[in-house]
Parts: sequence; structure tokens; C-alpha cells
Amino acid sequence: MTINSVLVANRGEIAVRIIKAARSLGIRTVQVYSAADADMLAVKLADEAINIGSPAAKKSYLNIEKIIEVARSSGVDAIHPGYGFLSENGDFADAVAAAGITFVGPSGDVIRLLGDKVAARQAAQRAGVPTVPGSAGRLESLDEAREVISRIGFPVMIKAAAGGGGRGIRIVQKLEDFEREFLQASAEAEAAFGDGGLYLEKVITGARHVEVQIFGDGQNFVHFFDRECSLQRRRQKVLEEARSAALPDHVREALCSSAVALAREVGYRGAGTVEYLYDEETEEFYFIEVNTRIQVEHPVTEEVCGVDLVAEMFKVAGGTPLSFTQDQIKATGHAIECRINAEDPERDFMPMPGTITRLSVPEGEGIRFDTMLYEGYTIPPFYDSLLGKLIVRGETREAAFDRLEKALADLVIEGVPTTIPLHRALAAQDWVRAGRFNTRTLETWLESKPLSNTPLGEADVV
Amino acid sequence: MAQAEIKSPIPGTFYRKPAPDAANFVDDGGAVEVGQQIGLIEVMKTFIPVMADVAGTNIVFTVDNEEPVMAGQAIAEVTV
Repeated sequence: MTINSVLVANRGEIAVRIIKAARSLGIRTVQVYSAADADMLAVKLADEAINIGSPAAKKSYLNIEKIIEVARSSGVDAIHPGYGFLSENGDFADAVAAAGITFVGPSGDVIRLLGDKVAARQAAQRAGVPTVPGSAGRLESLDEAREVISRIGFPVMIKAAAGGGGRGIRIVQKLEDFEREFLQASAEAEAAFGDGGLYLEKVITGARHVEVQIFGDGQNFVHFFDRECSLQRRRQKVLEEARSAALPDHVREALCSSAVALAREVGYRGAGTVEYLYDEETEEFYFIEVNTRIQVEHPVTEEVCGVDLVAEMFKVAGGTPLSFTQDQIKATGHAIECRINAEDPERDFMPMPGTITRLSVPEGEGIRFDTMLYEGYTIPPFYDSLLGKLIVRGETREAAFDRLEKALADLVIEGVPTTIPLHRALAAQDWVRAGRFNTRTLETWLESKPLSNTPLGEADVV
Repeated sequence: MAQAEIKSPIPGTFYRKPAPDAANFVDDGGAVEVGQQIGLIEVMKTFIPVMADVAGTNIVFTVDNEEPVMAGQAIAEVTV
């Protein structure tokens, strides 16, 4: 059953990206939007656009009943959830399927399985994927927790089984503090999630964040290599690369194979990302979690593998077997993505909506800009601050960074403060160029306020 | 007895309390001091505190909890 029409249940740059991929396959597009988003680019590009409610996300982009009602009345045969919003909501996937509409993503069961931190960790272990040393599952008692600690040592993270995205985590350094912290964590998890279940993981310090792009059709499973996502601020990725410069070939091979093994273990269908911590000193990697959706940073993978991942999502969701065998997937060159946000790097990254008064986008070989911006567009204050993603490709990592510096010098967005000055500074840093960083490096560097003394526009004088 | 306005520094969604089940930062009719927090603005998933920039009594909020506001829009009036 090939998909002929799709409802895009998202907004911003990813809605634009989904519409473009759909159009390349001749799929009719229906874009839903909130009252605050009537002027957004995806509304202008889609074949049809439907207002689904007021600006608050829970009344529009998170309103399952309304979205399914609109999908039915507009006669689409699929829904693409993008990232964020309802993309990792298993109940939404089930409701879409129950309405006789194709959900472009995994089944509700797989989304729920991988969304449960303990269940996902156990699935990874069954597939032979290394996990962070810790408890086998939920802890039944304080004694069991002490047993685990005698095996893995301090420092440890106490994590809520129902947590995720950085919530419900406590780091404990020594045994004297453990009992008190454990009992408090359990009470807190009970209050926050209605589930006091806890598990333990060893703290891996100085690690990198690397991840593997996986794809499955329920029968066949492949990877599209790895991405380097260690440059983060407040657990949000800032700049990503494909592939990671930190992985020796034998580690890359083991890492990517482990991600495919996990996809096979759960019968994965669609695009997904398996996230890991990587310890460069020991060359060991540890499973963190699976994101059961297309990822913001998917373009760097597309650029090095020469694939359209969003188009492939539509094909697989429509019942076509994977277009690729593992042998056919090759990565060449190097790609870098900079997330351009409406935030002021000189004012502690304060987000600032507003109207775009000027937009000038660099063009040329190896340069791509995925965005929802146009001149005169007013960015609403109700959603996240991502304006676009500047992606460059080069034959080598060094060539890619050279191209990035030139492209950033030519990228002009006026009307709102943006993170372009941060990226111009990063692209010129020796430690970035040399790939000497882990997940803490960017925040440590920012603590020295490297941007506040840089006059805006200095980087324009190249 | 004059009236003064406390304005929103930024566009976004206005909240009168720190959490859905918490008490208001300030109740209607209350007094505020300079620098006292009277609310929060959620802008692009970030929460920015709104402080009173004048001292006054008998505060009257002109924006409801969870209502969208524009930059420079009056959020409350106080008697100074």
C-alpha cells in the first residue's frame, strides 16, 4: 500500500523537510498548524493547510483527537510526526493505526518498549549491546542497590525508571550519602512520575556522545554509520558531525553492528537513532537510549551517505522493503551541521522571537540550509528556538570546517539575535578543529565568556 | 495616588505561579516591592522571571494565567 497523501503533524523546519521529501515522491501534503503558525513556510508549501487550534502545543500539535479527526476528514493515508511533539508517543501511533491511517514510524509497542528506560536497557543487553555498568533492572531494595555498588563503584547515577531526557537523575559520590539519596530519589520519582522505580548506572566521566542511524522495515535492518554529537549545552546538541572523528575503524564497526543488533532484537521499522557514550581512553562504548523517530541532525548522515532518510521513511511505511542492503551503504567525506537558534549568545542564550528583516543564505557545492525562515516571517514565541540548520560537506573533516567557516561568514539573519556568532567562534577554535572535546567541553569553554568580548560581525571580516 | 503599569519584557506565555499546583507569586490586591517576582514568561520553552520594576499596592493583573502576551504589554497595574 503505497502512501499517496500525508498529514504533517509538526511545524518549523522539519515540516518543510517532510513536505519536500513527500513532494519528491509525488505524495500530496496536508499541513496542520496552530493559530500562531498561519504564516509558517510549511503552510505555504503544502498542498493543503488546516488550522487545528490555539497556539499552546497541548491544544494543537499535541492534540491527538483533533489531529486524527483532521487526518480523517482530509482523507490522507499517512501521518508523519517529525521530531518532538507526538513523534515518540506510542498511544498516538496506536490511535493513528486504529483510524486506518499509516503512522510513519515504528509501532506503538516498539515506541513504548524503547521509551521505557529499563526495558530499553534490557533489550540492549539481550541484543549483546554494551550498557553502562549498573543494575540489571529495577532495584527491589536498598540492599540490592548496595550489592550493585560493590560491583561497579562510585560515583553512581540513581535514575528513575520512568524518567528520561535528563529528568529524575541523581549523582552520588560516596556510600555515606547513598541511603538518604536513594530514599529521596524514590519519593521524588513517585511524586513526579507516579512510579518510584529506580535503577543504578555508573557515571562515565569525560565521555563523548556518539549515535548510530538505524533503519529497518521489520525484516531487514541496516545502519547509516555514526554521528558525533558531543558539543552540547544544557544537554542540547549544538553542532553535529558525520562521522565521528574519534572512532577507530574496529570500534566503529562494533558500534554500528551493535545498533543493528538492537534494531533486529525489537523488529524495528522506520528510522531510528541509537545513542551511546564513548570513552576514548578505553575505547569502550555504552548504550544510552533509542530515539524512535527522525532526528534533528539527520542531514549530516544524508550528506555523507547520499541518502534521503525522510523519503526512505515514507517508502518503508508504505510497505516497500528497505531500498538498501548494508553492502550498498557507503560513507564518503565529512559533514557538519550547525543549529542556528533564535538565542542571544551574549546574553546567556536568552531566546528571542521576532521578525526576520533580512535573510541571505550561502549557496554552492557542499552547502545546505534546512530552514523555515523567509524575509518578513515573524517567529512566534510559543515553540522552540531552532530557526534552521546549516550543513556543509567536504572531502575531509578539515575541508568541511574550512567550508563551514566561509558559509557561516556568508549566512546573514537579521531581525533576531542568533547563535551564528557562537558557530563562527567554534569553527575557528583549535580544540574543535582537532576534535578534542567531550560532552562537557563546550559548557566549560562557555563559562569563560568567550563570546561577550567579540564585537558582533567581527567574523564577517574574512 | 497614581497607577503604574508592570510590562512584559518579552513576548510569550504569562504564568502567575511557579507550577500548576502552586500558589500565585502575588495575589490580586497585594503589595509588591521593586525586584519582587510577580510571574513568569515562557518564551521558546525557556522561563524568564517577571519582576516588579515599581513598588506599589493593590496590584491588579490585566493578563490571565497562561495567556499570551506581547513585549511591552502591561501585565499588571499597581497603585503607587
